[in-house]
Amino acid sequence: MEVLNSNFYGGKPTQLHFSPYEDNGGTVVAIAGKDFAIIGSDTRLSTGYSIESRNQTKLFQLSSKTVLGCTGCWCDALSLAHLMQARMQMYLHDHNKEMSSLAVGQMLSTVLYNRRFFPYYVSNILAGLDADGKGILHSYDPVGHCEKTYYVAGGSAGAFLQPLLDNQIGMKNQQNVERRPVSMERALNLVKDSFIAAAERDFYTGDGVHINIITKDGIREDRMVLRKD
Amino acid sequence: MSSIGTGYDLSASQFSPDGRVFQVEYAQKAVEIGGTAIGLRGKDGVVLAVEKIVTSKLYEPGSGKKIFHIDEGIGMATSGLISDARHLAENARNEASSYRNQYGNSVPLKYLNDRVSMYMHVYTLYSAVRPFGCSIILGSYEKGQPVMYMVDPSGISHGYFGCAVGKAKQAAKTEIEKLKLSELTCKELVKEAARIIYMVHDELKDKNFELELSWVGKHTNGRHEFVPKAVLAEAEEAAKAAMEEHSDSDGEDM
Amino acid sequence: MDLKTEMKIPADFPFGSSSTASPSDYRQVAHTPITTGTSVIGIKFDKGVMLASDMLGSYGSLAKFRMIERLVEVNKQIVIGAGGDYADFQFLRDIIKQKVTDETCLDDGFMLKPRSLHSWVTRFLYNRRNRFDPLWTNFVVAGMQDGEPFLGVVDKLGKAYENECVGTGLGNHIAIPYLRYALDKKPNLTEQEAREAIVKSLQSLFYRDARAFDKYQLATITADGVKIENGLTLETDWSMADLSSGAD
Repeated sequence: MEVLNSNFYGGKPTQLHFSPYEDNGGTVVAIAGKDFAIIGSDTRLSTGYSIESRNQTKLFQLSSKTVLGCTGCWCDALSLAHLMQARMQMYLHDHNKEMSSLAVGQMLSTVLYNRRFFPYYVSNILAGLDADGKGILHSYDPVGHCEKTYYVAGGSAGAFLQPLLDNQIGMKNQQNVERRPVSMERALNLVKDSFIAAAERDFYTGDGVHINIITKDGIREDRMVLRKD
Repeated sequence: MSSIGTGYDLSASQFSPDGRVFQVEYAQKAVEIGGTAIGLRGKDGVVLAVEKIVTSKLYEPGSGKKIFHIDEGIGMATSGLISDARHLAENARNEASSYRNQYGNSVPLKYLNDRVSMYMHVYTLYSAVRPFGCSIILGSYEKGQPVMYMVDPSGISHGYFGCAVGKAKQAAKTEIEKLKLSELTCKELVKEAARIIYMVHDELKDKNFELELSWVGKHTNGRHEFVPKAVLAEAEEAAKAAMEEHSDSDGEDM
Repeated sequence: MDLKTEMKIPADFPFGSSSTASPSDYRQVAHTPITTGTSVIGIKFDKGVMLASDMLGSYGSLAKFRMIERLVEVNKQIVIGAGGDYADFQFLRDIIKQKVTDETCLDDGFMLKPRSLHSWVTRFLYNRRNRFDPLWTNFVVAGMQDGEPFLGVVDKLGKAYENECVGTGLGNHIAIPYLRYALDKKPNLTEQEAREAIVKSLQSLFYRDARAFDKYQLATITADGVKIENGLTLETDWSMADLSSGAD
């Protein structure tokens, strides 16, 4: 009975395995200057080769001067961002003032490490202003390692864009270059160009860009369209 | 009162020598001073109406409701101690919810009535507890038939075509008996219910009251709903007009 | 003393043998779907939102239950739809229905809104994923919120998003292109246009999804409330089948 022994009628029972994680793609780029911080995300949400949404920002506003960008496993990103928003509210109620960007930065690290053995599968970038109004960024690994930086790219095209930023802002391994702080205009253009570049080569990045520009006057939004293929 | 001073009225767990449980009778007294509540079971549904006496002008309108929503298709009107009634409503809701959870459909009113009246009855058996100081009327519309039960503080319950409890229950019952309940629809019953509540309300003893009306029947698709504001207002207007007419004709007689 | 004995590690570690591991050493929680529903699709239009799903409950490849409801009215402004394991859907549906009853009992004049329900379902499913005991379902929440149409999806992980059009399961591959095309051509569809796009999508799904069916439900949610049409039948034309080789 060859038929009965074949995979179709018998053999091992098929078992759908369950994975709690999924890669939903998306890229976040952030640049901080002396009186501003810019953070942008693409607006594509994917699962495998499917585009689930073309209009899903990955930026979450945490306070009047702090914005969190989350990409990776979208269900974790949502949960983490909402948990952070809830913790911001609790802090506000306890202390009657907003949490400083630096404190948010530390708290995010703690929140991530709390799930050290079942991590939030998310790449996080936090943009904000420090006490002096200077732009500040924090970038994280999924389990809470935290680094303060002034320019960073994360998510599906993070590894692709980081060298670009290293070259254009960090002036890495370049001789006889003048190192001066990046202007807001140049930073904004760099963020936009980064996404245009990423959308060319990374199919998890595309559809549109959502940008938040944080200054002492508040948070300004900007949007740009990207290729949709 | 014959019960006072005899010592047999201090506990619900003891009979008096002539076979009465005074605590239960006192609880029934508590219902007799409550605002009147009536239930009318017509041909296509049940209408519940309550005269909610407003003892202070400082209360927000609509607060301290005396008709409760129990389950999708079940409503409950009460008279007596409102806090006791709220507890019973919570109990009835839990019963309805657990029945639905186990059997996947809404609880038959007969069964819910059994459970709630049993619960009330248990509170007439022990010295550590006191009976509920309220009566409840349960109404629903199931399998195309209206159903209505009333439970009193002793835990006794009956199915009814029309029932009344509270301070003006006698007058209300007399009025209800005049109706041809089995021929009336919910829309007609609402007007009758409003009229009866307005009629039995004693203006001299209680100045202000609010009329609460709810229904469940064919026209609500078996769902228990509070009567929409417009319909309520219309019924109230009709009730007031009927009162006017009544007092006018009284005048002529004299 | 041997290190493995000291640490109470079986001598044959790491390979193990059936004699050392008793069944209670393992706990299997992540189950597999048994009776399943396939796609749910939805689209927004100018005055509301429309949701559709076929009525088949598949038992593996057997078309077992042919008249099951996969769209359910939650209240006067919400409809939920689900694909995936049907028992899981019924489980969550009953919880949601009780939630609505409990809320009606409060009698405070408030009604559950679609965005709130969507968020709640997200939390519920995410929590089950965290316990490695997921509900194997894709949920669609459609409704009206403050006069605006709402359309959102939640999958078994708790992944959630809102969109102008949605499709779960194979609908994501077959229906979404139609629906997106319809919206690209004309962003504000009329109810009739939305219906045409939905029916066209269901037809394609029926032609190509082996777990789809021609009996379907269609829900329309507008400011006037919810309307669910049950047991509709797709018009299909199989004359093309003669032209395809290998069909007979």
